[in-house]
Order: sequence, then C-alpha cells, then structure tokens
Amino acid sequence: MKPSAQKDFGNGRIVRLVEFNRPRVRFFLNGAEGEALAGDTVLTAILVCSPALRRSEFGPETRAGFCLMGSCQDCWVWLEDGVRLRACSTPVYEGMRLATEAPEVWP
Amino acid sequence: MLYGPDSGKANALHTLFDIMVAEDRIDYHPMSSVVAIAEGALHVLTPGGRRIFGYDRLILATGATDRLAPVPGWQSAGVYSLGAAQIALKAQGVALGRNIVLAGSGPLLTLVAYQLLKMGAQIAAVLDTAPLSAQVAALPDMLTRPGLVLRGVAMRLQLGRRYHAGVTLEGIECDEYGPAAVRWSDARGTSRVTPCDMVGLGWHLRAETQLAGLAGCAFDYDEGWAQWLPRTDRLGRAVEGVYLAGDGVRILGADGAELSGRLAAAACLADLGLSAPDVASNLRRQARYERFARALARAFPWPAALVRAAPDGTIVCRCEGITAGEVREAAVHGGAEANRVKSLSRLGMGRCQGRYCQLAGNELIAARTGTAVCDAERLREQAPVRPVPIAAWMRES
Ligand code: FES
Repeated sequence: MKPSAQKDFGNGRIVRLVEFNRPRVRFFLNGAEGEALAGDTVLTAILVCSPALRRSEFGPETRAGFCLMGSCQDCWVWLEDGVRLRACSTPVYEGMRLATEAPEVWP
Repeated sequence: MLYGPDSGKANALHTLFDIMVAEDRIDYHPMSSVVAIAEGALHVLTPGGRRIFGYDRLILATGATDRLAPVPGWQSAGVYSLGAAQIALKAQGVALGRNIVLAGSGPLLTLVAYQLLKMGAQIAAVLDTAPLSAQVAALPDMLTRPGLVLRGVAMRLQLGRRYHAGVTLEGIECDEYGPAAVRWSDARGTSRVTPCDMVGLGWHLRAETQLAGLAGCAFDYDEGWAQWLPRTDRLGRAVEGVYLAGDGVRILGADGAELSGRLAAAACLADLGLSAPDVASNLRRQARYERFARALARAFPWPAALVRAAPDGTIVCRCEGITAGEVREAAVHGGAEANRVKSLSRLGMGRCQGRYCQLAGNELIAARTGTAVCDAERLREQAPVRPVPIAAWMRES
C-alpha cells in the first residue's frame, strides 16, 4: 500500500492505515463534535482530528501521549464530569464528552 | 488484530487462558492494576473500585517498557516510544504520523520500521545508534537462535537506504505542531537533517520492576543489560513466597517469557509440596535464550555516551521538565546517589515515577561525579506505583 492510500479523517497527527470501515462513533471534545471509529481508544479518537491531547504544565510544548501502554501517564484527559482518564487505555464510546483540561469539579 | 509471524503462538496462549477462565479454573480480573503491595496483600484498582487480595504465594509477571534516553526535543507532542508506534499499529491500525523517523537501537527498531512500512506508513529514516561493528561482533552468539537472526536480517534489508547504523542523535527540531526534523550525524560524522512529523525512540527494553521492589525483592545492577534487575534463582524464586517471570526479571523476549512463566510455576508447585514438572530441558533452553539475549544487548547497547553528552538544556524528565543541567547540579550538591538527587531535583518524582528517566539520571550522576553507574543506586519505589484517581480509590468494591 502506498502512503497515498492512507485515509485522513481530519487534520490530526494520526493516520489510519487499515480498518476504515468500522462503525462510526460520535464524541465531544471541549464541546465540539468529533467522529471516531468503534474500537478506537480516546487517544486515537482525539489525535485523528487534533495534533495534541493537552498542554504541558511544565513547558511550552503540547503533549500527545508517549508510551501508549499505561506507563508514562502523559495522556491524561478528563470527562466533562471531572473523571480523569488515561487516553491510551480507555475506549471511546458514543456520546462521550471529553475535555483536555481538568474541569473545575471535585473528582 | 494484527500479529506478526508469531501469531500462532500468541493465539494458542490466549486460547488456553480463555478456556481456563471459561472453566472457572482461575479467578480473572480484567482492567485491574496492582498499585501497591503490603503485608502479604495486593492493593488493586479494579473497574468497580479498590480491592485487596491477600496471598501466600505471588507470581509477578510485570513485563517491560521501552528503555529511553533523553534526546533534545523529545518532550514534544509527536515523539513516542517505539513500543507506542507498534501498539498503535497493531491494536488500532494507525500510524502516529505521516512522515516518520525511528531512532534508537535494539530489535524493536528494525521490527517496528518493517511493520509500519508493510502497512503503508511512510518512513523517512531509521537511525540506529549501535555501530555496525558491535552488531557484527555479537553475531556468533546471536546465532544460538539462527531463525531470529535470519528474520531480523531480512527485515533490515527491506528498510534499504532508510537504515543508518552508528549514528549520533543531536536533537529533534519542533514547531508548535510537533516534530519538524531530526538532526543527526552519520557514522562518518557528516551532519544530516531529516524532515519528519513524528519520531519514535527506544533503546531495547527496561524491565518493569516496581512491584517486585514493593514485594521486597533485592536488585543487582546488570552491566550487560545496563539496568537493575531483581535477584532470583534460575527458576524465578525471589524472596520467600515471591516468584518472578517474563521480561520483568530477564529481558529474554516473548519465547523466554513463556518459558520463565513455566519455570516460576514449577518452582511454586514444588515449594508448596505439590508435584512439579521436570524443568531440566526448560532450563537448558533458557540458558540458550539468555546467551542470545545478552548478545543482542551487546549488539544494540544502551547509548551511554549520548546521555553523557546531553547539553545542559536537554529535558531528562518528560513529566516535569527537569533538565540535564539541573540533574548535574543536584549530583554535585547532593552527592552521587539517585535518591538524594531525586529529593533535590525532583528527577523521578513525576507521574511516570522514574520509569523513563531513572537510567539516564544515573548515567548523568555517574558522569558528573566520576563514579560508576551502579554506585548511584536505584530509586526506592513508592506506592502507589502509578497515580490513582482519588475518587476511584475511595470507592471500595
Ligand atoms: S501514553 Fe503513556 S500512559 Fe497513556
């Protein structure tokens, strides 16, 4: 398969190489609607349409996960109700409402 | 979803496990992680909340993560571990960038590059810090497993002119989006710049040993694998009632992990006074795997010189942005000991709890103070071994 066969579903960092036909899943990121595929992790879902998951608390750079195996904790995002998730090891689901900054709610 | 040539073996293992679960022969708790071990009990975060499991025998199989060395710019979004690139491909069917540079060393470097290429990803360069001479010198011992060597060589050939051995990594240039290019010099010392939008980094593997530490295991610094490994006998017996198996105790790869699991189980059965299978042939096979694995470690060594040469501004701790300069300064003021450097500089205190900075930190401490890496000691692990959301922890299931 040539790179030209890669399918872009948005202007994010991740490109899908196979399995373009899994069922669509709708989710919300900071209030805006996004589309993922069933079986995607939250990390995949977000990075298909966006270049990063969050801002770094300690430097100017953005972060987009690092290990994808639940080990580095670089991929924290939040549900709108305040629950913190590891994006790399949480599956996305229909109607999921995600936030890239910690909401001002007691977890 | 997508497994390599070993998919048959992996499937057989998973099927066996599923059958044992279906027959109720084991009590299986998916999506659960042990975050602490104390007084003969495991403290576990499960989907339903916190649970405590007492034990009188414990077999730990905690695996390994990528072993990382700091490269200027590696804190940016779009820089991943090699393992991450492989997981993204196999479990999600995606590439983590449109134009990829993979850098580091070890069997995973070639394997991930090959797998990505085969699935249609675009690879700009594969930069191996191991010189070709080291790889050739280790070849005789690597031939204890000729099939693996042949497979590796065949994959390497597929990479063609993308592959470069003996490189020096200088840094990752980033813009606000993420990586824009990798600066490096080739084996002849010529400076090169390779444009890209994603970088995968990794130098072989690092045993995941935090739970073994909490369970009271002793550790030795292994010069060959350039890391601390828990002390066990040949069967995996560590301390009373605790057995270790898999890459979390010796980096022997998938086949070796399966074998060491069998050995640990046999040791456990024997210690319980139950009949245990004869392990003589398994032990011989393990010795052969270890010879091969040690040759691999010599062929694709930890990049000590690269870490020691890191400019002061290089970030060593990705979690909290602690630089090589800050670590060096802490080593001068606090002494050549990792736990003291940690309390002065916070290196190893971040959310990954030292998993990705500890080895580089020790290298920097040793270089700055003129001591041996092993003399800097290892970081004492602390529970919980990974951050736990407080609400989930309060909820008792
Ligand atoms: S990317 Fe490392 S924990 Fe999720």
